[in-house]
This record gives sequence, structure tokens and C-alpha cells, in this order.
Amino acid sequence: MTASDRLEAQPQGVNRPPSIPPTLEVRDLRTVFLTDAGPVRAVDGVSFSVGAGETLGIVGESGSGKSVTALSLMRLLEEPARIVGGSMTFQGRDLLAMRPEELRALRGDRMAMVFQDPMTGLNPVIRILRQLTEPMVAHGRFTPPEAKQRAVGLLGRMGITAPEKTVSRFPHEFSGGMRQRVMLAMGFANDPALLIADEPTTALDVTIQAQILDLLRQLNAEFGTAIVLISHDLGVIGAVCRRVAVMYAGEVVEEAATAEVLADPRHPYAWALVNAVPRIDQPLGEDRRLVSIEGAPPDALALPAGCRFAPRCPFKIARCETEHPPLAEVAPGRLARCWVTQAGQVLPRAGGAGFGGTRAASTATEPLLAVRGLVKHFPLPRESLFGARRVVHAVNGIDLDVARGETLGIVGESGCGKSTLARLITRIHAPTAGSITFAGQEIATASPAAIRPLRRRMQMVFQDPYASLNPRMTIGDILAEPLVAHGVVGRGAAARERVRDLLSTVGLNPAWEARYPHEFSGGQRQRISIARALALEPEFIVADEPISALDVNIQAQILNLMLDLQQRMGLTYLFIAHDLAVVRHLCDRVAVLYLGQVMESAPAGALFARPLHPYTGVLISAVPVPGRTRVVLQGEPPSTLVLPTGCVFRARCPIARPVCATAPPLAEHAPGRWAACHFPGEFAHGEMGA
Amino acid sequence: MLRTLVTRLAGAAIMAVLATLVIFLIANTVPGDPVLAQLGDIAASNPATVLEWRAKWGLDLPLWERYGIFLQGLAQGDLGTSIASQRPVLDDIAQYAPATVELASIAFALALGTGIPLGIAAAVWRDTWVDAAARVISLIGVSSPTFWLAFVMLAVFYGGLQIAPGPGRLDPIAFPPEEVTGLFLVDSLLAGDWEAFHDAAAHLVLPSIVLAAATIGLITRTTRAAMLEAMGQDYVRVSRAKGMRESYTILRHVLPNALIPVVTLGGLAYANLLAGAVMTETVFSWPGLGRYTFRSAAALDFPAIMGITLVVSVTYLLVNLAVDLSYALLDPRVRR
Repeated sequence: MTASDRLEAQPQGVNRPPSIPPTLEVRDLRTVFLTDAGPVRAVDGVSFSVGAGETLGIVGESGSGKSVTALSLMRLLEEPARIVGGSMTFQGRDLLAMRPEELRALRGDRMAMVFQDPMTGLNPVIRILRQLTEPMVAHGRFTPPEAKQRAVGLLGRMGITAPEKTVSRFPHEFSGGMRQRVMLAMGFANDPALLIADEPTTALDVTIQAQILDLLRQLNAEFGTAIVLISHDLGVIGAVCRRVAVMYAGEVVEEAATAEVLADPRHPYAWALVNAVPRIDQPLGEDRRLVSIEGAPPDALALPAGCRFAPRCPFKIARCETEHPPLAEVAPGRLARCWVTQAGQVLPRAGGAGFGGTRAASTATEPLLAVRGLVKHFPLPRESLFGARRVVHAVNGIDLDVARGETLGIVGESGCGKSTLARLITRIHAPTAGSITFAGQEIATASPAAIRPLRRRMQMVFQDPYASLNPRMTIGDILAEPLVAHGVVGRGAAARERVRDLLSTVGLNPAWEARYPHEFSGGQRQRISIARALALEPEFIVADEPISALDVNIQAQILNLMLDLQQRMGLTYLFIAHDLAVVRHLCDRVAVLYLGQVMESAPAGALFARPLHPYTGVLISAVPVPGRTRVVLQGEPPSTLVLPTGCVFRARCPIARPVCATAPPLAEHAPGRWAACHFPGEFAHGEMGA
Repeated sequence: MLRTLVTRLAGAAIMAVLATLVIFLIANTVPGDPVLAQLGDIAASNPATVLEWRAKWGLDLPLWERYGIFLQGLAQGDLGTSIASQRPVLDDIAQYAPATVELASIAFALALGTGIPLGIAAAVWRDTWVDAAARVISLIGVSSPTFWLAFVMLAVFYGGLQIAPGPGRLDPIAFPPEEVTGLFLVDSLLAGDWEAFHDAAAHLVLPSIVLAAATIGLITRTTRAAMLEAMGQDYVRVSRAKGMRESYTILRHVLPNALIPVVTLGGLAYANLLAGAVMTETVFSWPGLGRYTFRSAAALDFPAIMGITLVVSVTYLLVNLAVDLSYALLDPRVRR
């Protein structure tokens, strides 16, 4: 399903006749959190308008005020947040003057909201049907029988198969993608004039994200519903929204057409956002460092007098430190809050920061890690005393080689076995079958005692920097623990010395060793996790989604750090991620997993330029790139309880044929390019970039 | 569902028998001789009498043989004969149990009927005077000793204000209704005897409040905590964003989720009320199982103790089963 051309048919705000009021008009909105330390200005003078049927994106990092803006629009703020200024007009009515009863009548009726996490947004003990129909009936638009019919129709429209049956199920019987479709159906229950979607795809896989974004775009075109889409990902916004407002520290710092911001940002923060993210549609340079801006957003209790971005801005001039810039026109239809670009200066095109990070040429002949026929099955608990145990087929025969000094990327949808693979290689789990050879030593069946010395040479970095650091230990203790456990250093001065070394290696202040994890931000914690992994001077690091919980700018910082460390210490990485652009950018070679098997493995450049396996093709195609035709992969990965016969991908494959009923072997089709497909290279995906 | 039920019932039966074994062993290691407790000093000083007694009650047999005899009787629905009352234990229990079941059930209903609404109110109006009042009520309920609370209630409402009847299940001069279930409220209704119903109900007021006091406190606090947790969930915000009324959001979205932990506590509380009414029954002269237990234990009346243990363990197991089944009712995620 391709829908990018529909973008052109959207009504444009600029050409709106002056007589029709916009659907939503926000002027100088101010929302504060009343804390003991004083009012925190979460939203500080935000203005924008959305016309009937228009699409506006709001982008910014965590804490920029984008979600608080959304909740302010719905008047759904909870204590201690409070709107203290500005005006919000919805269809000509003043939202701030409305009584609670009037607001209630508006919410879920003319104005609906879809939240981020579909796993928690549905009530687990109430059937989908009632959750869908209750707003229809409560707002008096439909009688219960009509509402039921409409609920079934909406679910079908959202792409849920057999909606008349599924509608009477409970939420836990739905996958994350299906739940988000239900949430969208709920948003459209009463055919609203405005839908606010707060990070609706952040919790989803890239293939499911593509499906949901397509759906949003179609619904906007079909029903003429205005959409405000909030995201931290400019690519996501570009896939749906014509215009975008970039928020920083509670303010809009740039507002313009999304394509223009992506091509030529006029505010340094927007510039940093655009360039912090590797783009899948741009050629790979030799220099792999990403643009990252140092520092953190300002303390909302003590905002700088001048431009709020000035302390981190690489382009600042004297005036920026003292005078707060207004949001002013820098080009026709383009607003930016920046003294530099308002004076006509153009921000430089993207490009590396100019030092280091060139691609490693793999010279080693003997691989550091060799995996052959790796299998891991998890038996489920018995359901009855004599029933057969069902088995989760997590990993089903994986062959991999990782050469010394290279970075191997592992990609695939949730449930493809990425994390299980990481845990098998590090022997957190014991494999069901197969061999793992690390530095010439077989470790798949080795005893824990035999593996212990190898742990020094092989370390892991986990996804969640909040959960993987013990909150009751100081950073110094956390970093000294592996050193002492392996007898590298004794307690005391030597350990402290090494801890301080490690902290400065990952770019943290060595004096912070006595602090506790809660005193650090997410990015700093991930640096600590990396420092802990480095403590024993390993050769090999398995990083399981190390950046997916972080803001894009912090992602860029961590990726740069990983590149630096690899160069300085000759590290070998196994890098697991779901972000294909990042994998393409960072990794030398990439292996694509589906249902616990390797579908394709190849050098990164070649794989992304011309994928051989259709699954690789649709995965790449699912990455939101504005203006690109996409092939949206339908459906979701099947259950891992019963493995399909033949090619595991054939049920969802766009080019499947009868011969696919026999499983294709993983074969080398060109030097270094392996694919498990009967028709390698036949699937033509959307052309990449320009 | 039916299969689960059958499996669980079979498991419960095994657990109940195991419980009797444990009690059998414990009771026999307690220092103390039921013969001496029964016979009195003079008769007990005659060895022949003592031997005759031991033989009569089977106390001269080895431990395992005695347990075997108990199990044999159990299989035939016979719990043996009480040493103290010289009546079949089953008859004794059938006589005393209804009074306790009636008292515990009324107290349980009172605890749920007060604790859940109070907990909901405390959560909805968090940090207001409502919350503070609920906290004080539950604190008093949990921390007042039962015997003290029972005496205070009697002294104030019976002795002082004279608006409540005294101890016992009925007025001393009233006739109990014709026995069908042994529950006076039910029997008097069945007999159409309004006077007896009123009398029985009035006599239940003070003891059920005393018995329920601690449970009210526990249920209030648990409901409040569960409500607050559920109110912080995303689906509550979604319900508000859908424009649902606040009362609807609280009662239809929050409460069903909050009730899950309350049911766990409620089940345990009911079993505790049934088995733990000794203090209340003593102060209010309530002829129930609690007092029977106390008397049997004091007399080292083994058959009676075994019978009571069995009844109590079966009660706990059934209540637990009911709790598990009601999970399935409340939470579709645990349904199979």
C-alpha cells in the first residue's frame, strides 16, 4: 500500500481562506508544574494553529514539553501541572473558559487523543467492544447496537482481521500493534475534528510502525481529521505531517514544512536533531561520527536569560547569551527562534565532526566468535499434569562469524530471537544445541567454571540504563565490582584508580564515583553501563539495544563513544538494534533475523544498497523516510510456539511461490553475501533516497 | 474450567488430610495427659482406673495405629467421640458451627460493606479530610485489642446507653426458632417469626462490629492502595480522554482492577473470622466454634481437636478455592 502521494492532496494551512477559523488555535500557552522548588515552566509561550484536515508534527527530546502541550490541549493535566497563561481555541470555542462538563463533552467526541503505550492504555479486564463503544454511547452519537456495528466497522478499517470476532476479546489477546489499532479506532470512534497522537508508534516495531503511520495518513485523507502528531523522531513526523513545530525547553524554536526542516533546518537545535540521526536514504560517508551536541537541556527552574539553547549551541554569537530571541520569520512560511539564522546565516550541511571513526577493514582470518547451528528452545510450564509442554522456538539454527575488530549488527522484529542470541553468546542462557566458539574455545557446552575466565574477555551492555544499574550501589562500587570479583585489583586505592580511569574513558567526571545511579541522566547511565563493560578490558562487547531508550542526541553521543572506544581499544562489537539506519551507520556487517534464523547476512553497505532477501527489503522499506514510496509489510511475525514449515518467512513474503514450501538454505550468493531465499535479489523494494 | 475445579478440589482434599496428620503429631507431643485432665486427682491416682481409661479411648495403642483409626473413621464420616462431652464430635461441631458461621458472615459482610466504599472514597479524595477520616477509622479498627473493644462496646451500648442487647444469641427468655440451618436469622425468617428475627439481628450488632473491626481497617487500606495504583494506570487517562464521566471512570475502569488484590485479602479475612472468633465469642457468651475449640484444647480432648482442625482446614481450602475462582471472574488474563 503506497500512500505518500496523498500528502500532496492535503489542504494547506497557508492557503486557508481567512473567514474559516482554524480547528485549533493555540496562542502563548504556558503550563507550569508547581513544585516545592518553584514553578517549572514545562510549556512556555507555545503558539501554533491547525486548520481543518491539516497535519502538524511536534518534535523534541524528553522534557521539551511536547507531551505536556498535548495534555494541556485536552485539558487533561493532573496535579501539580497547571495552565497559567495563553489561549486555546478549538473550533472557535475557548478551551480555557470551558466548564468541566463542557470539556468532557468535547473529549473523545470532537477532540480525541491516542497515547504512547498501547500495552497499558487498554483496560485489561474490559472487553475491546465495550472500550470502543463507551465513548460512542456516552456522547450520545450512537445507540448501543449502532455503536457495536460501528466498532466492528472501525476495527476492520484499522486493518484488524475478522473484527466481528476479535471485538469481543480482551486486550491481552492482542499484540502491541493490534492494540494500537484499537486505540486508533477508539480515537476515531466519534469521527473527531482533531486527533492528538502522542508518540503512537514509539513502542512498536519498525514494520508495525510503518503500518500505523500509513493508517494515520489514510485516515487524515479519508475523514479529513486534523492530526497533531507528537514524536521524538523527525522521520515519523515526516511520514505523516506537512508541517512541524520543533520544541526545546518548553518553547517552539522552529516551525516550518517538515520537508524543509529535514533538508535545511534553520534553528541549531533542529539542525542537531536532523544531523544526530543517521539517514537511511543518504550515502554512507567514510566518517562515521554523528553530530551530537554536548550538555543537557537547561534547568527549567533557572532558564538562561538569553536563548535557551545558547549554552549548547555550536553557532552562538554574543547576542544569544543575553537576549532571548523571538520566533520570527526567517524565510517565507518558516519561523525560527534564532538570532543567527534570523540574521540570514545558513547552518552548514550535515557532515561529520571531522575526526576519526573510519570503517574498519577486517583483516583477521580467524573469527573471534563463530556460531554454528545454534538452537534455543524454552519449554513453557505444563498447562495440565499430563499435557505436552509447549515450546517457544526462540533461536532455530543460527550460523554467524564475527571477525576481530569488526561490528556485526543484528536486526529483526520483536520476537526474532535477537536478545536470546545475545544471551546465548554470553552464556547467560545455555543453548539447546549448536556450538559457540569464542577465541578458539568451545563455550556452548562449557561448564560455568570453564566460562568464568572468558567473561573477562566478553562483556554485555544492556538496553535499559535505568534497570541495569543497582540503585543502592555507588557508581564507584558498581564499576569496582567486576574488578574485585575477577581479582584484577584488590579493594582500595588500586580499584579507585581504575574506576576513575574508566569514568574519564567514557566521558564522565571521575569525581562522580561516589554518586548513586539516580543522580544521572539516561545517557550518563548508559555511559556507566559501558564503563562497567569495559572494566575488565574485554575484547568483545555484546550490546543489546544500547541506545533505544535514549533521546536522539544522546544516541549520537553514545554511538560516537562506541566508535571511539572501538578505535582506541580494538574492540569487537555485536550490536543488536531495531533501528536500521543506526545499524547501517555503525556496523561493518549485518545479519537479519526472522523467527530465530538468519535470513541474510552481508556487509552493511551492500545489504542496504541491494538486499537479497525480501524480508530485508521490506524491513528497510518500513523505515520512515519522507517522500519515499514504501512497501508496507502486512501482518506480524507468527507465534514462535509452532515453527512454520518450509521458508519461515513465506507466509508474509510478497514474492512467495510454491517452491518456498521447502526451506531454502543460507547460501553465499556473492562474496560475503549470504541469503536464505530461493529468489535472492528478486524483490525490488522502494528506491533508496535520491 | 470444570477440569480446573475438579483438580483443585482433589488437591484440597489431600491438603486437608495432611493438615490432620500434622495436628495429630503436634497434639501428641504436647506435654499433658487427657486422662489426667478428665479423671481428676483422686481417680487418676488409681493406676487401674487410668489404664482402663486409656484402653477405652485407645490411648494405649501406638501413634500410627491411632491415626489409622482416625482416618478409617474419617472415611466413613465419623470423627470419633469427644472425651469431654461424650458425644460424637460431628454432632458437637454441627451444634456450635452455625453460631460462628452466622457471626463471621455478618462481620465479613460488614467489613466489605464498610471497608471497600471507605477505601474508594479515601483514594478518590486523597489527602482530604475524607482520606484522613478513613485512615483514623482503619487505624482504630486494626489497633484496638478485641477483648478491650468488646468490653467497651458492651459497657457503652448495653450497660451505659442500654440501646443494645446483652451477650448471647437471643434474649435469655426467648425461644430459638425451629432449627433448620442453625442460623437464627435464616431459621426465624423460614418460620416467619419476626420477633425472633429482630431479636437475633439485634444480638448480632455488637459482636459483629467487634469481630469486623480489624478486618474493616485492613480492607480499607488495601482498597485505597489498590485504587490509587489503578488510578495511575494509562487506561484511566484514556477513559478521561474519551470523555467518560469521572464516576464512570472510577467505578467501571478503576474499581474492577482494584478489586483483584482486595479479593485475596477478603478470602483470607473470612477464613480468619470463621476460625478466630474465640475472644469475641467468649466476651459475648456466643455458643460458637471458638468457645468449643477453647474448651476442647483446655481439656486435651483429642477427637474434638482433630475434628475442629479438619473443619478449619477445609474452610481455609474452600475459601482459597473460591478466591482463585473469583480471580478468573475478575481478571480475564488468568482464565484459560
